[in-house]
Amino acid sequence: MKVRVHIERRPEIADPEGSTVARALSDLGFDEVAGVRMNRVIDLEVEGDDPEQVKARVAEMCRQLLANPVLEDFEVEIVG
Amino acid sequence: MRVAVVVFPGTNCERDVVRALRLLGADPELVWHRETDLSGFDGVVLPGGFAHGDALRTGAIAALSPIMEPVRKMAEAGRPVLGICNGFQILCESGLLPGALIPNRDLAFICRYVEVEVVDDTTVLTAAAEPGQVLRIPLNSYEGNWVDPSRTGRVVVRYRDDPNGSQDRAAAVANAAGNVVGIMPHPERATDSLLGSEDGLVLLEGFVCSLQPVRA
Amino acid sequence: MTTTGTPVYAQLGMTEEEYLKVVEILGREPRPAELAMYSVMWSEHCSYKSSRAHLRRFPTEAPWVVVGPGENAGVVDIGDGWLAAIRIESHNHPSFVEPYQGAATGVGGILRDVFTMGARPVALWDQIRFGPLDQPRNRYLFGGVVSGIAGYGNAVGVPTVGGEVEFDDCYSGNPLVNVMCLGVLRKEQLVLGTAGAPGNVAVLLGAATGRDGIGGASVLASASFDESATTKRPSVQVGDPFEEKKLIEACLELYEKGLVDGIQDLGAAGLSCATSEPAGRAGLGMDVDLDRVHLRETGMTAPEILMSESQERMLAFVRPEKVDDVLEVARRWEIDASVIGTVRADDRLVVTHHGEVVADIPAASLSGDAPLYHRPIARPDWIDGLWADPYRPGDVLVVDTLLRLLRHPGVGSAAWAYEQYDHMLFLDTVVGPGHDGTLLRVEGTKKGLAVSTDGNGRLCLLDPRRGASRLVWEAALNVAVTGARPIAAVDNLNLGNPEKPEVMWQLVEVIEGMSEACEALGIPVVGGNVSLYNETDRRDINPTPVVGVLGLADPMPAPPPRLDRARPGMEIWLIGPEPTDNFAGSCLERLDGPPRGRPTAADPEAGRAVIEEALRLAHVAPVLHDVSDGGLAVAVAEICIASGVGATLEVEGTAALFGEDPHRFVAVVEPGWDPPALGRRIGAMGGDSLVVGGERVAVSALADAYRNAIPEAMRG
Repeated sequence: MKVRVHIERRPEIADPEGSTVARALSDLGFDEVAGVRMNRVIDLEVEGDDPEQVKARVAEMCRQLLANPVLEDFEVEIVG
Repeated sequence: MRVAVVVFPGTNCERDVVRALRLLGADPELVWHRETDLSGFDGVVLPGGFAHGDALRTGAIAALSPIMEPVRKMAEAGRPVLGICNGFQILCESGLLPGALIPNRDLAFICRYVEVEVVDDTTVLTAAAEPGQVLRIPLNSYEGNWVDPSRTGRVVVRYRDDPNGSQDRAAAVANAAGNVVGIMPHPERATDSLLGSEDGLVLLEGFVCSLQPVRA
Repeated sequence: MTTTGTPVYAQLGMTEEEYLKVVEILGREPRPAELAMYSVMWSEHCSYKSSRAHLRRFPTEAPWVVVGPGENAGVVDIGDGWLAAIRIESHNHPSFVEPYQGAATGVGGILRDVFTMGARPVALWDQIRFGPLDQPRNRYLFGGVVSGIAGYGNAVGVPTVGGEVEFDDCYSGNPLVNVMCLGVLRKEQLVLGTAGAPGNVAVLLGAATGRDGIGGASVLASASFDESATTKRPSVQVGDPFEEKKLIEACLELYEKGLVDGIQDLGAAGLSCATSEPAGRAGLGMDVDLDRVHLRETGMTAPEILMSESQERMLAFVRPEKVDDVLEVARRWEIDASVIGTVRADDRLVVTHHGEVVADIPAASLSGDAPLYHRPIARPDWIDGLWADPYRPGDVLVVDTLLRLLRHPGVGSAAWAYEQYDHMLFLDTVVGPGHDGTLLRVEGTKKGLAVSTDGNGRLCLLDPRRGASRLVWEAALNVAVTGARPIAAVDNLNLGNPEKPEVMWQLVEVIEGMSEACEALGIPVVGGNVSLYNETDRRDINPTPVVGVLGLADPMPAPPPRLDRARPGMEIWLIGPEPTDNFAGSCLERLDGPPRGRPTAADPEAGRAVIEEALRLAHVAPVLHDVSDGGLAVAVAEICIASGVGATLEVEGTAALFGEDPHRFVAVVEPGWDPPALGRRIGAMGGDSLVVGGERVAVSALADAYRNAIPEAMRG
């Protein structure tokens, strides 16, 4: 089963890299950019038949390793 | 000999480069990355640091800074252009040198002396050195691993061991003309035996000697 | 005013008594924003309410002290118009919650403390302590903290030139992350944290304000950890070294152009502290308009804006006619700036938000009227039992013991950590990490500034007074072996829960021991930090004061002694008193089990004589090395490893080889030198092995044990 994990810095946590990229885009004339957040996507190939069970396992992987629960939220999606 | 030492937001080796160039009799001057004109300068150095906080990719945003247009013109005019560490990364990102720099093989920042060997003495950085000359110079980088799928880069200085996985053990790379050079270790940090080495002097001396006054 | 049954003041970490004091000061119930400000400013972390009464014991005066404790950093005169600014801080609790950001923001904060004074930060040190590395959680914390220090320090462009790495069970649930910064400035560039004069304009410089670290000072640094630690997580701050680098350069330009009357960094307690302290110091007040503060998030309340601990912010106090120039400097360095207030002639701090007054309080009351506690003090009853049962090692196998010591991550090389730090930037690191003390050249002069920091929780558990005193002596000797005379001390007192009388006793004893040693050395304490409540599940850490000593070498020996300058044929000398067979608190004892016994006391007379000898020899001896962790055997092994040369030692007996009694150092010298009165020849350099006590070990084997101590432990 193909599983995609979206990891995002929680909205209230500062994202200096995102701010820098936003500033650079504005320098290049993309004035419509109001904000940038640098998030991550991780694709996993997981063995299993029950999507809910797989999702629960991957969520546990996020809590233990893939995401930093202090700073980040995550979302698990079955993509195939 | 006037040398522009470019300061991006996040550059941090600019004062060290100025100090080392002064030691060699050059006339270095800090230039902010927003400047659009380098006329009157005989050469340019992009010093190390973390320009724009290394956001996206190291050197990616700096390569788009206004200053890079006149830097490009200087490179095209055959004037000496030197990128050290982060400056090397910026030169690659801006296409003035082939290849790119990726994280070190062991995924750790490395700050220690390394031994390098000069393998090509026909560039602005190595003009005063002998081929085969071995130098002890500090390395200080996380993204120091040069990769060049095009295999067009000229390796001019090579690591004797392999600290970071760099292709062809490249520590310094030049363009075809030899006037644009990027080096990953810091020659400006090896300019005083009291601090451990003065082996970087021969490289910076080559650079300073390559500066020809701009025609009036 | 209750929400869930618990009064708001209690939710903010205040006692009822403290709340009533606020009511008394104001003559009314506080508004929410006012209560928020008092709660953070009166937290243990900001107000030192448990320790302040005792900190007065420290000697703080000397003719060369320019700024003593109480400002953002201590400042001393180093001659010829140059000043040095120094400061140490802890970031223990934030680093436990999020090791990378906790350590990173610790570095950011200490830098601001130093450049707030007008100084360019020239070097950083870190003293970090964790539980044993055989536990995965401790490896995670250690790795994360080292990455955070490297990530921030390297990027901001200030070299990290030394520090300490130590491991002990007592730090498993409560790591210690202390950071120290040294700055250098010209006399005329000194700036203080004062609002200056009425009419001055307050300009907020740097990063936008978000909900970072709301309640950080009171919640994180002033309470103990237990199972609920994870629920305290929402307030983690994120550091941005790139913003800080711009802020450093912009502020240094402001000072150089004389554009500010005073400046204060925003650290713990954020704007609450940065507005009230400078106003209070000037005996003035301030109007502050929170609508002018540049924000990162929408919908922030007044208490949130006032308590936010967003990083990389400074508050400058500027004469009205210079405001445009300040804004222009900020624009050029691409940092945000907002005019947020004006200094008042009276003593009121008046804060408005959305056109409404949300706070109107006496500015000085936030710091000046902070509670002062004389908490109960009691000598722990278990200490006599420990003293009565000292560790007696008897005869040991020398090489086996030496290798076991070198393999201990607390004794072995810290290169795993410091090779991740940029320690060479600025071209002034003459003696760098891996030595007793760091020696930095002051650019453009013949002067050198040396720094050493030392801590030892085992020693201080057994006898906090003797232990703390010995730390001062050790740091002073470490500085002296680089050729620098000790001129000032700073301290970071990491202890447990002050509500326990035993912990208060440890605090008082530590202060007494440090004070005695500083007085005997004639050096003032110019700054410090106290970190209390270092406990987890009611277990306190060993009392762990960290002492930093600053030394001045003028002129600096060139070249100074270094561990790698020993050559075959040179003689090895030991300078200092004969060691006793007291192993209390030693590394040898640690191999055997928990600390016990009563440590040897420092001997001021011997200590001073040995330091004078070190200062003299630093100009002639290629190698000087303090005898400390692991005793003489480890000290000589370290010289062999660094120089790649063997040695023969004519010394026998466990005490002579592994004892850690104070005031001793090794000198490696050319034969035929003029021998010092306090010294004796104990061997010679040569060969490729260390020969001692009839045993022999290859230098390569020593090096292998020493260099792999931490890497091996990190592999788990």
